[in-house]
Amino acid sequence: MRLSARTSRVHRMVRGVLAGVFLLGVCLVPCAAPTALAADSLIGRPAPVFSRTDLNGDKIDLGQLRGKVVLLNFWATWCAPCQIEMPVFAGWQQKYGGQGLQVVGVSMDDDEGPVRELVAKLKLGYPIAMGDVQLGEQYGGVLGLPLTYLIDRDGVVRARFQGETDAKTIETELKRMLDRQ
Amino acid sequence: MRSGMLRGMMLCVAVAFGMSSLMPVRGSAQAASPDSAFSIPKANLIQPAELNSALTAQGTKKPLVLQVGSHMLFTEAHIAGSEYAGAGSQEAGRKMLQERVSALPRSSSIVIYCGCCPWERCPNLGPAFKALHDMGFTNVKALYIAQNFGADWVDKGYAVERAH
Repeated sequence: MRLSARTSRVHRMVRGVLAGVFLLGVCLVPCAAPTALAADSLIGRPAPVFSRTDLNGDKIDLGQLRGKVVLLNFWATWCAPCQIEMPVFAGWQQKYGGQGLQVVGVSMDDDEGPVRELVAKLKLGYPIAMGDVQLGEQYGGVLGLPLTYLIDRDGVVRARFQGETDAKTIETELKRMLDRQ
Repeated sequence: MRSGMLRGMMLCVAVAFGMSSLMPVRGSAQAASPDSAFSIPKANLIQPAELNSALTAQGTKKPLVLQVGSHMLFTEAHIAGSEYAGAGSQEAGRKMLQERVSALPRSSSIVIYCGCCPWERCPNLGPAFKALHDMGFTNVKALYIAQNFGADWVDKGYAVERAH
């Protein structure tokens, strides 16, 4: 009898722990949600067009990339998470380039020297241009890096990933956009 | 609700809070590199809401607020009244910072901030804080920006000056 009462108490305690875990989960999930795909004024709108000369002297014209899915990545040499992402993007350029992906990198560094040095080391295989305040503002303010936009074949912004984002999250969205002809 | 169940829930919540309270201690508990923002003692951190209140309060002496990160990000937007003082991760940047504060009394209230990257990834604040500490400044705070300047300051509606 005594044993049964104790067992029952233990069961109630276990149920309590489980309920607590559930409640904490409910509270914490929204706090921990990534900022990827956050509500953003550019989502669903035409991507601001720009034209830049990349580090190789070639022209990047966003308007000319209609028909392709564009991964537009703002980064900087001092941004550690950016340097984790960039080789991944380079891999995607190789893997999905034939399906219409074009990765474009925009460095928000103050000086070009360190950018050239790092890009030469990383051997990215996609164009990199220097950004500026005006371009940052066109894209809603680049006030933290990394910042990546996905632009569909019609030139419409479909996703925005701010900060360190799981590559799989970006790739899933990217593949969905590439599948849409 | 049965007392056992209640006790279980309380235990769970207590454990969770215990764990969360350990997180900010990471700076002092880990052997943080001097380049890391985690090298800055917890007592020298200031939260965005607290700084914003200090800057907007009437009739109080304001701290000197210095951005020690990217100049381009500073030009795009910065804390109202703050000055650019060079990137803390670069020698030239630290020299600029040292020159800016060299004539100030060592007890001056100074707040440094960056917000280029998530706190644990910021390359600028740790070296900038160390530079000021090595100069003998005793009242330096680092603004704790968890994610980035946009999310943790601008989007909160705190006082900002923009390029245009």
